[in-house]
Amino acid sequence: MERLNQTVAFDLATTPLREVNQFLHGEPKTLDGLRVTITNPDGAHNIAVGLNAAIEVDIIGHAGYYAGGMNKFANITISGSAGTGVAENMMSGKVHVKGFASNGAGASAHGGLLVIDGDAGLRCGISLKGGDIVVGGSVGSFSAFMAQAGRMVICGDAGDALGDSLYEAVLYVAGNIKSLGADARIEPMTPADLDTVATLLAAAGIEHDLKDFKRIASARSLYHWNADANQEY
Amino acid sequence: METKPLKHLSREQSFGYDRKTLDYIRNAAAHGLYEIRGMGAKRALPNFDDLVFLGASMSRYPLEGYREKCLTRTVLGTRFAKKPIELEIPITIAGMSFGALSANVKEALGRAATEVGTSTTTGDGGMTQEERLSSKTLIYQCLPSRYGFNPDDVRRADAIEVVIGQGAKPGGGGMLLGQKVNPRVAKMRTLPEGVDQRSACRHPDWTGPDDLAIKINELRELTDWEKPIYVKVGATRTFNDVKLAVHSGADVIVVDGMQGGTAATQTCFIEHVGIPTLAAVRQAVDALEDLNMKGTVQLIVSGGIRTGPDVAKALAMGADAVAIGQGVMIAMGCNGETYWQNGAHHDAEADYAALGTAAGFCHHCHTGKCPVGITTQDAILEQRLTPEVAARHLKNYLKTLNMELTTIARACGKQNVHHLEPEDLVALTIEAAAMARVPLAGTNWIPGVGGL
Repeated sequence: MERLNQTVAFDLATTPLREVNQFLHGEPKTLDGLRVTITNPDGAHNIAVGLNAAIEVDIIGHAGYYAGGMNKFANITISGSAGTGVAENMMSGKVHVKGFASNGAGASAHGGLLVIDGDAGLRCGISLKGGDIVVGGSVGSFSAFMAQAGRMVICGDAGDALGDSLYEAVLYVAGNIKSLGADARIEPMTPADLDTVATLLAAAGIEHDLKDFKRIASARSLYHWNADANQEY
Repeated sequence: METKPLKHLSREQSFGYDRKTLDYIRNAAAHGLYEIRGMGAKRALPNFDDLVFLGASMSRYPLEGYREKCLTRTVLGTRFAKKPIELEIPITIAGMSFGALSANVKEALGRAATEVGTSTTTGDGGMTQEERLSSKTLIYQCLPSRYGFNPDDVRRADAIEVVIGQGAKPGGGGMLLGQKVNPRVAKMRTLPEGVDQRSACRHPDWTGPDDLAIKINELRELTDWEKPIYVKVGATRTFNDVKLAVHSGADVIVVDGMQGGTAATQTCFIEHVGIPTLAAVRQAVDALEDLNMKGTVQLIVSGGIRTGPDVAKALAMGADAVAIGQGVMIAMGCNGETYWQNGAHHDAEADYAALGTAAGFCHHCHTGKCPVGITTQDAILEQRLTPEVAARHLKNYLKTLNMELTTIARACGKQNVHHLEPEDLVALTIEAAAMARVPLAGTNWIPGVGGL
């Protein structure tokens, strides 16, 4: 833990991304506890992908596609907005976007926590597999499409077809839902749900009135093929 | 005088409404549900049997069939990867999932592939420990569902294959019916046990070739540019798809024709979507040549490759390697009348009959009740396949294909199977000549070339 105060700085204006990612893929034992700052990202894609160490990474500025993709253990903060697929397939750790996130934020994340202070685009949490996502703003259409496990807390509104073809993931929305997708339904909030939302909001550092949230989960009517449904779900 | 009954007229079978079609309509009427089945297209299609080689004679110099050297070494992924895939033979094992197949089968595939010096491939559902341990060279698929996909397995893999589509169902996602989603399969896929699982048909975090280029770069960054990235497409608009895959940065392109197998897909999809492998190979090679990428980006062809001659013809048309799925299953016992367990053969006919079929016709992979223990997750049925025995048969099969391949290559005067070329081929049918773009045998006519 003596490395907690050590900081390594990279400037993407002068250092190739390859060199930065190669450094971040070093032996976990040598990286654990380190703080890395990355300046001038200028929307570069694939910053800090595939991290595998308990490391703090601060990206100062806007990131392109897949920032923090497939993260394990690391705590990544983006002081700006993030492009498509931020924290996609994250396994553990935390990715915090202080601005807005584009499409497919947290897609297929198996674990960890993705926090987006602003809004998220289309398909936020698509194919979610156990990760948690907290969005301070609103999410676009088709969010949580085929989400299998994990939780999403959306403090703003949700677009069309929220939770289409949901499996066991659970969604909490404070604002308006433009429409629910196939097999998604609104269910009563239980005390356990209120606890969950409170815990996730606290972990995200976002405040919101708990009484606003609705619970959305799967009606499970698509789990088994039904020939009599006439494909009207 | 009474007229004698005209039995051939009074019992004339309709071509359009033959017995198979009558059964199809009756089945639809009874159940209101399309048929789902395994295996590949069963209809007659132009295929590699419609081509023959022009062996060496006066104008070409053959090599002696047994003794003279004929190289089969194959290197894939030379474009960008620091560690290309090096194989002893150009015949690889196609991607098939744990879930569709039992863990025993995945282990057998790895054992056989390793022994003959080739690669095997994961499938929808992630990487099993059995196949990683048994496979020296393992290709890890990145599929739309992302079931079980994780960075540790990306790092443990030898190459990554981004799957856009499959020859049996281009445009469709995977399907695994509830009876095969046992506790282990469910856990690997993060799904409820017993659910009828339908995989996504498109990737969750990219749309279109420009996005795919960034996605591929993510995988390269994650693996520090070590591992080759394959892109697999189901054969449809193959010329354009291959060009776009090259544009996206693929090291290797896998083109899977409509004869490619599946463990569960709607029959209408299997038989009516996609183009034959023969047509797809020509288009794929044209695309690589058009971009001056032949030799830089390698091409793997799959979908109905069964024999050594099939392999040789695919290579002669311009493929660098082939991938085999169904043939591999059959080598391990699929559709066999018996299975081998506890040192003896056992009759499987009653189990086929229980599925309403018989050995040689079975396509009931989707039921999970495979009578020979291959496409099953049932704890009892899966014991009908012994990994060591299945691996030995598969190794024999792959060795046979490779011997046939080198026999043909030598007959054509090639010291290396990769020297086979389209000029070594002619076609037996006009359709095959047009698709493969080689002359009709005995003529110099290639339909569609030269204005006719």
